[in-house]
Amino acid sequence: MGSKTPLYDRHVSAGAKIVDFGGWDMPLHYGSQLDEHHAVRGSAGVFDVSHMTVVDVDGAGGRDFLARLLANNIDKLTATGAGLYSCMLNETAGVVDDLIAYRLAGDAYRLVVNAATRDKDLAWLEKVAADFDVALAERADLIMLAIQGPNACATAAPLLPDSIRDASLALPSFHSVAADGWFVARTGYTGEDGWEVILPREPGLELWDACLAAGVVPCGLGARDTLRLEAGLSLYGQDMDETVSPLSAALGWTVAWEPTTRDFIGRQALTAEKQRGKNAKLVGLVLADRGIMRHGQRVITDAGDGEVTSGGFSPTMERSIALARVPFAANTNCQVEIRKALREARVVRPPFVRNGKILIEET
Amino acid sequence: MSETPENLRYSQDHEWVRVEDDGSVVVGITDHAQESLGELVYVEVPEEEGELLKGDACAVVESVKAASDVYAPVSGKLAATNEALSDSPELVNSSPYDEGWLLRLDPSDPAELDELMDAGAYTQYLAESEA
Repeated sequence: MGSKTPLYDRHVSAGAKIVDFGGWDMPLHYGSQLDEHHAVRGSAGVFDVSHMTVVDVDGAGGRDFLARLLANNIDKLTATGAGLYSCMLNETAGVVDDLIAYRLAGDAYRLVVNAATRDKDLAWLEKVAADFDVALAERADLIMLAIQGPNACATAAPLLPDSIRDASLALPSFHSVAADGWFVARTGYTGEDGWEVILPREPGLELWDACLAAGVVPCGLGARDTLRLEAGLSLYGQDMDETVSPLSAALGWTVAWEPTTRDFIGRQALTAEKQRGKNAKLVGLVLADRGIMRHGQRVITDAGDGEVTSGGFSPTMERSIALARVPFAANTNCQVEIRKALREARVVRPPFVRNGKILIEET
Repeated sequence: MSETPENLRYSQDHEWVRVEDDGSVVVGITDHAQESLGELVYVEVPEEEGELLKGDACAVVESVKAASDVYAPVSGKLAATNEALSDSPELVNSSPYDEGWLLRLDPSDPAELDELMDAGAYTQYLAESEA
């Protein structure tokens, strides 16, 4: 028996197949993972992501703490509500976790980190925070819902309190607004428009029920994985971990080298790696042959071997796609060893699908 | 509760076998198997005719989650495969005992059929393996 979110009973009564995810009993799907995937690409779906770890950062040292902790630059969050995707690195520039940091107000920030890495993340945050005038508070009391899809905001807007509705609709991507205990961010993990809403238990349960009543399709972790893979979004523990730096995880864009005076953890190791030159890169693969690419399979390129980090079936493209770590010099054509057979694949630049549209050209 | 038709024989690996009037056998995976695998997105059946021994991996069924081998429940010569599955692997989910059949064999040792379970034994086998 794992941990349960406050919505667990609702998942069961909605017919969810429950699976273990990082110690949590979570819905894999509610009947059809493929239908749920298409609902998010075509209209609107809602995910219970209350298992994710929310940590509020408060105190005069909040900004300085995050400037030390994060590889991206917290000072980009000039506006209240602004959000930032970043990795936190260890001293050898391995990725401890990826997260989103939001500026709540002044030196107060909210971090959302992965559920499966909760314990080590909290330990790491506490360790780094010891040098700063800052207080950390895990918000395990809150529900988090991701409402995603081209119709998500329009459908869910009437379900938000009056005090936050207009501001939520006006949010640019990666911005948030908070009022009356509600927190609404224009973020997600699907490659579609939508909101992630963090709120207390009772209104959270009501919002879930209201979403379903409004025709928003409940979606499980299965669809969440195929949607994020099509969107080319990395999954911690699969596409990167503590043995991989953001530079070889296609996350170089999240590292803020400027200002050079900002001494974030891992900077030295990362700088050394940059000077040595890259030896690996994370790319997208589209399988030309039939079959399904899976995590861990060998990728054979003209520049040496690589590995599939995330693979599966793309419901939108109706073929297998993958993220793979390959030698930096690898060219367009490669082969993937699937169940002892070599299958032809093509190296592409993710994302594969965004906003309902396939971005990879057929060859 | 998954379906287990009375007229079929079952293997411990969750394949079913139907003996046809001409003595050939049709092979597929059970309702229980398709339900635990989840929605199928790819099915691979042998491209060439050949002899299969009982226990040989003779097909691959891949769901949104994972890939699984299908093992020949009896030995025999491959007579036909279900070509519809190449475009519609979901037939295995929607109709595991009919349109979702995988392959047809001419059994080389009909005695092997007797080693398979009947519907009652398979239902009990499922109950025991879930207990």
